[in-house]
Amino acid sequence: MTGGKSVQERYRRLKESALLREEDLYRRPVVRVGMATCGIAAGAAPVKEAFTRFIEEKGIDARVVEVGCMGHCYAEPLAIISKPGFPALCYGYLDEDLVERLVEDFLLNDDPCYEFALVALETNDVFPTFSDFPRGVHEQKIVLEHCGFIDPGDIDQYIATGGYGALAGALAGEPAAVLERVKESHLRGRGGAGFPAGLKWEAAVRAGGSEKYVICNADEGDPGAFMDRSILESCPHQVIEGMLLCAYAVGAAQGYLYIRAEYPLAVKRVQLALEQAREKGLLGTAILGTPFNCDLEIFMGSGAFVCGESSALVRSMEGLMGIPATRPPRLAESGFRGRPTVLNNVKTFAYIPPIINRGVDWFRSIGTAENPGTAVFSLVGKVSHTGLVEVPMGTTLRELIEDVGEGVPNDKAFKAAQIGGPSGGCLPEASLDIPIDFDSLQEAGAIMGSGGLVVLDEDDCMVAIARYFLEFTQQESCGKCTFCRLGTKHMLDILTAITEGRGEPEHLEILAQLAGDVKEGSLCNLGKTAPNPILTTLRYFREEYEAHIKEKRCPALMCKDLIVYYIEPSLCSKLCSVCVGSCPTEAIYTRTDGLKAIDQDKCTKCDNCLKTCPPDYNAVIKLSPPELLAEKEGKGS
Amino acid sequence: MSKKVTITIDGREIEAHEGEKVLWVALDNSIFIPNLCALKEKEHPSGSCRLCYVQVEGRPEPVTACTLAAKEGLSVQTRSPQVDRLVKSAFELLLSNHRLGCGRCPRRKSCALLKIARERGLKMRLSRLSALELDVEIDESPETFAFDRSRCLLCGRCVWICQEVARVGALGFTNRGITRRVGTFREVSLAQSPCTECGLCVEACPSGALYFKEKSDDK
Repeated sequence: MTGGKSVQERYRRLKESALLREEDLYRRPVVRVGMATCGIAAGAAPVKEAFTRFIEEKGIDARVVEVGCMGHCYAEPLAIISKPGFPALCYGYLDEDLVERLVEDFLLNDDPCYEFALVALETNDVFPTFSDFPRGVHEQKIVLEHCGFIDPGDIDQYIATGGYGALAGALAGEPAAVLERVKESHLRGRGGAGFPAGLKWEAAVRAGGSEKYVICNADEGDPGAFMDRSILESCPHQVIEGMLLCAYAVGAAQGYLYIRAEYPLAVKRVQLALEQAREKGLLGTAILGTPFNCDLEIFMGSGAFVCGESSALVRSMEGLMGIPATRPPRLAESGFRGRPTVLNNVKTFAYIPPIINRGVDWFRSIGTAENPGTAVFSLVGKVSHTGLVEVPMGTTLRELIEDVGEGVPNDKAFKAAQIGGPSGGCLPEASLDIPIDFDSLQEAGAIMGSGGLVVLDEDDCMVAIARYFLEFTQQESCGKCTFCRLGTKHMLDILTAITEGRGEPEHLEILAQLAGDVKEGSLCNLGKTAPNPILTTLRYFREEYEAHIKEKRCPALMCKDLIVYYIEPSLCSKLCSVCVGSCPTEAIYTRTDGLKAIDQDKCTKCDNCLKTCPPDYNAVIKLSPPELLAEKEGKGS
Repeated sequence: MSKKVTITIDGREIEAHEGEKVLWVALDNSIFIPNLCALKEKEHPSGSCRLCYVQVEGRPEPVTACTLAAKEGLSVQTRSPQVDRLVKSAFELLLSNHRLGCGRCPRRKSCALLKIARERGLKMRLSRLSALELDVEIDESPETFAFDRSRCLLCGRCVWICQEVARVGALGFTNRGITRRVGTFREVSLAQSPCTECGLCVEACPSGALYFKEKSDDK
């Protein structure tokens, strides 16, 4: 291609100036504060403000920079301090006092306060790095490589890492070469179903026509999932570059990022990123001086879960109700405005620049043969180190939960891993050794989904969990098709009855039948996957259902209608009345002997007394079934 | 005109236009397949009632006939244990949200549900599900017809006809999920809506939800 040399030349100049700016920045100490939504929620804004204030007060020549999420959400607020002469060090659990100390001791003087440091970013002789921890051994970052380390609001920081180099390289060659690479990489779409991205793109190329669209699906809505949000907030340019590469490959001149309106920070950062890319000539007309034109815009979704389904998403963009349509046609043939459209998840696009840069062989050397690359999870629930993690496909669930997440906290026993969100399933201890990939998870009854992983422990009732997820899908059903609209309603009614002690023996059979029919008969994937939480809990935790139905007993002591609170007189102390004060309904009274007891008629089972009873006594216990109370009271008083 | 192809339905060889949906090929040849939401004139099938499942040779899972395009050599069975299970289940689900009492229903002689029950040997009562709560409110505001929402199956035929054939747009879908319903803009009565009482929606209704006051099956 004739323009090849000048494209590379233009990019070289962009990169050179970005590197110069970066070099200049790091000439002095730099504090990078994790300011994705997770960090801000944990209090990163006052931490950043404190760094700025103390640095100013002490008259230090240092910079405070906002970065995104590094993935270690459990330790937030987090900051990375880079000071010439020291390895870059990451500090967690920050508050104003600790910030003052770090500024005083480290920035002003030369004591890095190792006792507060979590990890060093680069290999050194004094402090361990990520790879010295079990999590670092398993983690391999492709999508999250720059997340938490660069300022998402400064395009030069992305360019300095080699960002937009894949685009420059691709523009120097033919679009077909990009498509070929993505096809050969065997990259599977990360939205949940795992459809090969290359085949989807190829279908859009074959569809012909001059007007085509590229859409990034950032309508992430699973409870407990925040991968896409974090990526857009932490490294938006990698997604934008991926979309541009796709647009070049399929011949699209316009693209959209469909971001839910509940992600205001992601919207803001992507907006800024788009503006900066346009200014640098990386977006819009004549990109990098070539004839390739492509502009990207944000479309804000209004938060309907079903709009993550491709046909519903496109309809909602067209101003129609977000309701799935029958196929064919597929979007690649007739999508947005009836034109060929490629719709991929945020993570799928984020994989493209590294694949183009480092090549197909590199990508396929990670993960497994059928599932190359990595899996990105938001690891939440009853796990010590919650956060955003990225591990090669094929890593086992056990490694992910026990090594990366450091296991279940508070000496509780692991019960299940809820994987794939409301469309996924609950896998028990016995399934923990299955490798994480699209196919193995499906076989076990769960799905990869978009990457939410909630860890559940012995205190979680599996019937209540199934009910929770079904309530979500039932509320989020668009109501178009019979199975999803009415099937989820009936399944939810049955689950509610079981958790409230109104379960009947025949309910399990009806539930299993309905779940199977809704899975097979629904129109779109919301309905087709909605029964998964029920099917997996029935498969792996049937005894819990049976206890609820036959004995009216909740083994996890979670279902309120099946438990009562009781104060064990042999453990209670006359000297303490914390529980009395904590009870909002005055249900706890002092007996004539000075010990405390609960008036069951007044008790609302709010759990306050159990939480506030001092660990020295631990006198408040839950009993299930409630009939146990008579037995206890018989001999207790 | 598109190419002619030969497909097999329940062992019968039938000539059809390539791409024509199997549901219409079957119905045109007097082979019954349960359906509620399908409209022949509608280019893109709605696929919402989930009743027209058939078994395609070589495919493990049943497929909806309204979206299945005819092509040379296609062979389908209108019945199979899997198809029957899905149809029975969808039918019972619809029934759980439909006001029964067919004896007093103005459409008892032309009801699509009754026809499906007859053809497939299904009962007009609930065997494993409980009846869902219905709000029985009948809009009798139009002069010629009435709308009984408690008998509506949400097939959407009236909505499509009102919007695309009558081009009036008085009827539309409102709300989502279990609260989805057919209604007017801002939930006004039909008389207050742009409805012209052309009656096309009533003719399209497969159940007793929309019925002419004078021409119901009683009269």
